[in-house]
Amino acid sequence: MSRYRVTHRTEYVYAESVPLCHNAVHLQPRDTEQQKTYDAQIAITPQPAVRTDRRDFFGNFVTHFAIQEPHRRLAILSTSEVDVEPTVIPTQVKALLWDDLARQMIRPTTPDLIDASQFIYDSPQVARDPLLAGYAKPSFPAGKMLVEAVSDLMLRIHDEFTFDTTATTIGTPVLDVLKHRHGVCQDFAHLMIGCLRSMGLPARYVSGYLLTSPAPGKPRLVGTDASHAWVSVYFPDHGWIDFDPTNGLIVSDQHVTLATARDYDDVCPVKGVIIGGRNHRLHVSVDVEPL
Amino acid sequence: MSPGFAGSYVAPVGGYDELRDADGALRPHWHRFVTMLDDLGRDELDSRWAQARRLIHDNGVTHNVYGDPRGMDRPWSLDFVPLLITADAWADIDSGLSQRARLLDLILADLYGERRLVEQGLIPPELIFINPGFLRACANIVPTGKRWLHLYAADLGRGRDGNFHVITDRTQAPSGAGYTLENRIVLSRVLPALFRECNVQRLAMFFHTMRQMLASLAPANRENPRIVLLTPGPYNETYFEHAYLARYLGYVLAEGADLTVRDNRVYLKTLGGLQIVDVILRRVDDDFCDPVELRPDSFLGVPGLLEAVREGHVAVANAIGTGAVQAPALLPFLPNLCRALLGEELKLPSVPTWWCGQDRERAYVLEHLHKLVIKPAFPARDSDPVFGERLSKQELSDLSSQIRASPAQFVAQEQMPLSSAPAIRGDKLEPHRLVFRSYLTAVNGSSYSVMPGALTRITGANDSLVVSLQKGGGSKDTWVLAGGPVSKFSLLQPAAIPVELSRGGGDLPSRVADNLFWLGRYVERAEAMVRLARGTLSRLADQTGVEVSAATPVLVKALTARPPGAPPVERPDHDILATIFDANRSGSLRSIVNDIHAIARIVRDRISIDTWRILQTLHQDISRRQQIAKPGATGHDPDHLTEVLDVLNQMVIALAAFGGLAMDSMTRGLAWRFLDMGRRVERTVATARLLRATLVDIIPHEPAVMEAVLEISDSSMTYRRRYLTHLQAHAVVDLLLSDETNPRSAAFQLVAVEEHMQALPRESTHPLKRADGQRTMRLLSTLRLADLRVECEPDAYRRRPRLDAMLKMVIEQLPAISDALGQTYFSHAVASRQVQLAPVVPGREVSL
Repeated sequence: MSRYRVTHRTEYVYAESVPLCHNAVHLQPRDTEQQKTYDAQIAITPQPAVRTDRRDFFGNFVTHFAIQEPHRRLAILSTSEVDVEPTVIPTQVKALLWDDLARQMIRPTTPDLIDASQFIYDSPQVARDPLLAGYAKPSFPAGKMLVEAVSDLMLRIHDEFTFDTTATTIGTPVLDVLKHRHGVCQDFAHLMIGCLRSMGLPARYVSGYLLTSPAPGKPRLVGTDASHAWVSVYFPDHGWIDFDPTNGLIVSDQHVTLATARDYDDVCPVKGVIIGGRNHRLHVSVDVEPL
Repeated sequence: MSPGFAGSYVAPVGGYDELRDADGALRPHWHRFVTMLDDLGRDELDSRWAQARRLIHDNGVTHNVYGDPRGMDRPWSLDFVPLLITADAWADIDSGLSQRARLLDLILADLYGERRLVEQGLIPPELIFINPGFLRACANIVPTGKRWLHLYAADLGRGRDGNFHVITDRTQAPSGAGYTLENRIVLSRVLPALFRECNVQRLAMFFHTMRQMLASLAPANRENPRIVLLTPGPYNETYFEHAYLARYLGYVLAEGADLTVRDNRVYLKTLGGLQIVDVILRRVDDDFCDPVELRPDSFLGVPGLLEAVREGHVAVANAIGTGAVQAPALLPFLPNLCRALLGEELKLPSVPTWWCGQDRERAYVLEHLHKLVIKPAFPARDSDPVFGERLSKQELSDLSSQIRASPAQFVAQEQMPLSSAPAIRGDKLEPHRLVFRSYLTAVNGSSYSVMPGALTRITGANDSLVVSLQKGGGSKDTWVLAGGPVSKFSLLQPAAIPVELSRGGGDLPSRVADNLFWLGRYVERAEAMVRLARGTLSRLADQTGVEVSAATPVLVKALTARPPGAPPVERPDHDILATIFDANRSGSLRSIVNDIHAIARIVRDRISIDTWRILQTLHQDISRRQQIAKPGATGHDPDHLTEVLDVLNQMVIALAAFGGLAMDSMTRGLAWRFLDMGRRVERTVATARLLRATLVDIIPHEPAVMEAVLEISDSSMTYRRRYLTHLQAHAVVDLLLSDETNPRSAAFQLVAVEEHMQALPRESTHPLKRADGQRTMRLLSTLRLADLRVECEPDAYRRRPRLDAMLKMVIEQLPAISDALGQTYFSHAVASRQVQLAPVVPGREVSL
C-alpha cells in the first residue's frame, strides 16, 4: 500500500472584475476498490456565498459553489491524503475471454452488468465508429484473453502515437487523433475508450494524478506535472482494471483516481459560468508526494 | 342530410371520416352544427370568415417557421370548421390520457431515482443510457410535490375503426395550448350562436386548474408566489404563444437573461431590484436550462438553476429532464410498465411501434420496411418521419443499412390511416387528415385534468401524410360537446371572488424596460421622419410660388440627410423615395419601422392588443406600398407623389394613435415611463436636428423655411396665435426649443424626462448614479438661460454660428443621457453576458 498527499491548485485570473460565477468542480478524489481517501478538503477563494458538496451520477464528488461578490481572481485548492493498493489480477480474471464479455454485454442481466453496460455506448466526447473498431481489431482475435487484448491495444496506442501538447485542442475529435496519431493523455484515453466500445466492451474514463517524483531508479512518467487521464475496463465478477495508454502500463499504486465517468465531459475538473469578466488566464499545478 | 353545407363533401375511402359514417350519412353530433351553418348562408359565412381572418391577423397570431421566406411572422392558419367530438368519445380520451400521464410521471420518478425498472427488465438499459433526454445531472433530484410531469400533451389520431391512438407524447415543454385558446376565442367570437347552441365545453377551467397547480408548487411565498414563464425568446417558433399565455395567465414573461441565481435562489431582475421567483413555467428545452451543468453553450437558460432546484428553492414545471419519456422508443414498453406500476391495463393504446434496439422487432421492421413509418428513436428537433411506402428500392436498402448500423436509434410505427374532417378550401369543403394534441395539467394529489378541447392540426394538401405546422398545414378548433350544461367559467371575467388590489408594477424586467425605451425612441424617430417627409413632398407636389419652393431644397437636404458638401444626386426624387421606402438604407423610414416591429415583438406581452395592431398597421402600410418606390417611378409625377403622401398621411395618423393610446391607456407605471422617456429623448434630438438643418444657414425667402419647420413640428397654430404671420428666427427657435408650455419643444421634453427620472426606483445595492439626471438639468438650464435673440444673430456669412453650437450641444448631450440611463437601469441586463470558464483539461493545463 502507498500513501500520498495530493495538492491540486487551480487559479483563474480575470481581465475584468467578475460580479457573479457559478461553478461545479470535480476535485475531490473518490474511493475505489483500491483507493481510500482521507482528509480531503477544497478551499475556495474568495469565500463562496453558497457551496454544496455532493455526489454526481457516477458516484464522484462534485462541489457546487457560487461567488456573488466582484472578484478578479478565483483560486481553488484541493488537498487530500490517499491510500492506494497495488493492482492484483487473479488468475481466473486473467482467463476471461474478451468475446465472452462482449457477448454478455449485448443483453446485460445482472445489476453489475447493467451498471457496466452504460459504458459501452456513445458518450458526449466518444462515439463508436467502424474506423475505431478497425484500429482495435488486430488486438482482438477471437478467443483472446481480455486482459491481454486490452493490454495489446494499449501498447499499440502507446507505441504508435506521439505525445504532443500542441497537436490537439479540447475540441479535437477522436477520429482526428486516430488519423494524425498525435495528442495528449486525454486524447489517448478517449481514443482507447472509443476502440473498446466499438468492440462492444465497457470502458470508462478516469481522471486522476500520477506520482510526481518517481521512486529511485524508476523513470519519470509522462503527465506528472498536471492532472492525468486513463482508461478503465470492466471485468465481470472482479471489477474495473485501469490501463494507461499514455505510459503503456496497467495502473497500479502510482496513480491516484480523482473521478470516473463516460468521458471527460462528465467529470471536467472545473467548469463554470462567469458573468462578465471576458478574458481570463488559467494556472494549474498538481503535486503528488509519497508519505 | 343537408345539401347546402355538407352536400359537396365526400369522405375519402379507407379511413374514418369525422363528418360522415361508412354509409355516407352525416354523423348525428354534426347535425346541429351543419344545420345552423346552412342557415347562416354562404354570404354571411364568407363575411364571418373574413372577420375571423382579420381577428387572427390583428391579434398578430403567428407561428414562426424556420426558413420561411415570409420570415418571422407567418400568420396562424385556422380553419373555419371546428372538429366536433362527442362527450362519450371524449370520456375515453380523458381517462386514457390521465392514466398515461400518471404512468409517465411514475416512470420519471424511477428513472431519476432508483432506476429499478431497468433492473426489473421492464425498460432495456440501452434505452435509458443512450437516451439524450435522460439527463444524468438531474438524477436524485426530487422536485417539489414529488411530481415531475406537471403539464403533458399527446398527439392523437383516430384509426380506421374510429378508435384513438397516441402517436407521440410531449413531456418536456408541451406547446400549443395557447394557440388552442386563441382558436377558441376567434371561433366563438365569429360563430357565437353556433358555439352556444352546440353546447361546447369551455376551456377556461383548465387554465384555472393549471394556474392553481403552478401556484401550489411554490416552495415558499405560498400566499402570493411569483411565477414566470421562461421563454427562449422571440426567435422561437411559438413565441407568440409564450407572450399570449403569459398575459392570459398573468405571469411575467422572462428570458433566461432576465433571471439570475443568488444564494441558490432564482431572482427576476427588475427595475425595482432583484425579486424572488418561486415557480418557473418553462418553455425552454431540458438541456438548455442551465449552462453550468447541462449544455454549456446554452444562452437560453439560467446559470445555477439546477442547483437552485436541487436545494428546493424554486419549482420548475415541467421538472428538468422530463424529456426522457417522450422518446418513441419507450412506446412499446408502456403496456407492461402500466401493469407493473399502476396495476392497470393501458387504456389508450399507442400506435403500434417497434424499437429496433430489440432483435425480433428489428427483424420485423427490416422485413416490413416498405409499409412502416420510420422515426428516430430519440427525436431531435424537426426530424421528419419517413414513409416506407414512398421510398424507392435504393432508398429502402439505404435505410435498412442505416438501421442495421445503429438499430437502437430507430423506431418504426404502423402507418395508421388518420381520420379525415372537412376543411374549407376556396368555396368548397375538402377532406383533410388530422391529428389533435390534447393537454393535461396535474392537479393536487396524483391525478391529472384533461383540457376539454384540443389543438387539431390538418395536413397541408389533402393527400399529404405529414401533419405539421412547419410544413404548411392548418389548425382547427376542437369542440368537445357536453353531455349536460356547460360551465360558463371564464378567466377573462373573474368570478365573484374579489382580487387583491395591486398598483405595483415594480416587477418590470430591466430588459423589457430597455426595449420599451427603444420602442419609444423608434416610434418618435419614425414620426419625425414621416412629418418631415410629408412636409417635403407636399411642397414638391405643389410648386405654386417662389416663396414656397424656396424651402424645398433645404427640406430635401434635411430629409435625405446628405452630409454638407456631398455631391448633388442625379435623381433627387429617387433619393427621397429611397429615404422613405428602402429597407436597406440605413436610417430610412422603412428600416425604422422594421426596428419598431422587431422590438414590439419582444415586448408584446407588455403592450395592449390595440397598440400592437397600430404597430402592425404601420408596418403593413409601408411594406405594402413598397412598389411605389420601384425604379422608373418618378418623384415629380404628381399622381405618384399624391400616392406617397397618402401613405405618409396614414402613417401620421397611426403614429398619433400610438401616442394617444400610450397616454390614455397605459397605467402610469414604469413601463409607461420608459416608453415615454424614449419618445421624449428622441423628440428632443429630432427637433434640434431639424432646426440645425434648416435655420443655421440663412437662405433667401427664409420665412418659407420657417413656415415649413413650424408645420413639420406641429406648432404653426401656436405660432400664429402668438405672432400672427410675422416669422422671425428667434421666435421660431424659442417656440421649438425653449418654450416649456409647447408640448413639441425640446425644453418640454426635458422637463418630462427629468420628472420620469425622479420617479424611477434606485437600486439600494447600487451607488446612486445621478449622471443622467444631472445632464438633463444642465441641458435644461442652458435652454432656459439662453438669450435667443443673441443666439440667432447671423454672422457676415449669413450663418447663425451660435445657434449651430447650441443645437450641436443638445444633439450630443441627449445620447449621453440615454447612455447614463442605460448604465443605471439596464446594466444587469447587459452585463449578463455569460462566459464559460476555460476548461481544465488533463495533460493540457500547463500549455494553456
